[in-house]
Amino acid sequence: MTPRARVALFAFGAAGTAALYTAGTLDLPGFGGAWHPYADRAVRQAVAHGTPNAVASVTFDQRAFDTLGEEIILLAAAVAAVVLLRVLRREDEDTDGSHRHGPADVPDALRLVGHLLLPLTLTVGVYVVAHGHQSPGGGFQGGVILGTAVHLLYLAGDYPALRRLRPLPVFEAAEAVAAAAFVVLALAATGWAATGRVPALNGAVGVEVGCALTLLLGRFFEQALLVRPPAPPGGRTGRTGEAP
Amino acid sequence: MSVLPYLTAGWIMLVGVYGIVTSRDLIHAVVCLSVTQSGTYVLLLAIGYRSGATAPVFSDRPPPPAGGPVTDPVVQAMALTDIVVGATVTALLLALAVQVAKRRGTLDPDALRSLEP
Repeated sequence: MTPRARVALFAFGAAGTAALYTAGTLDLPGFGGAWHPYADRAVRQAVAHGTPNAVASVTFDQRAFDTLGEEIILLAAAVAAVVLLRVLRREDEDTDGSHRHGPADVPDALRLVGHLLLPLTLTVGVYVVAHGHQSPGGGFQGGVILGTAVHLLYLAGDYPALRRLRPLPVFEAAEAVAAAAFVVLALAATGWAATGRVPALNGAVGVEVGCALTLLLGRFFEQALLVRPPAPPGGRTGRTGEAP
Repeated sequence: MSVLPYLTAGWIMLVGVYGIVTSRDLIHAVVCLSVTQSGTYVLLLAIGYRSGATAPVFSDRPPPPAGGPVTDPVVQAMALTDIVVGATVTALLLALAVQVAKRRGTLDPDALRSLEP
């Protein structure tokens, strides 16, 4: 299909979609209206179960089994990405000794800020996970903060320190354990009070999301920094690993 | 115009699909897919909005009706699910793009028409 024909086909489909979508939105309740039957019931249940953050109550209490499915999707996608990104044996991985990833030539201010922000950001992540049932936040949001916090070390130019900080096999095991813990908790917690269930599930999700993110970013870093590009026909020169 | 937020969500989705259709680079296509998905965030949050309402968190104020209206927590939880699944799918697609680039030496979808090089 030529690009022109493809755009024409898209224009045809988009026009139909836009017409149907617009017709559909015209009958929706108006934006900002007062009629929200599900919201009223969800808020009433959240307050009755003693969870001040109604969003966390919906995610981990009222719809906890749906979150279980979401959790499995997260695990499956993370495992699949890690499998796809594994370093094949026939690809050359540079040994640590031949690498110069840092401390790279970054400004002192950036290095200082990175090292100062690392413990601060980790604390914020733990706070967001642990306090997720009471204030805006929760396991997913806090897990993302935790997973990105360790990469401040990379931004500070210290890739070897980042590798020491997050041994990938440990994080692989931790992610599997956290996912299993979530399944067990979600099944076991049906009889618990919501005040115990929501923080427990928040914690399991926080660990799993943090580990999954660290693992994924770690694999992408390996691809970008450690794996040599395929040898060109003329000889084996060039590698992507050199720090700029 | 009370349907404008809904139409905005639809417009974002169509713009994203247009980007995928005309994409010449798989990374660009993955980003366009993320744009398409952002339309669903806008749609969900627009449906849950209530005029003059605040966040559905009651740690420091009484729940309705005493504390005034709040936005819909159900669609906010759905948007959260949406974001998580979207992020992991993006990671998976980027991993696929890395392997395609490694095996085929190109990321142009038009150059990847056949399965074998």
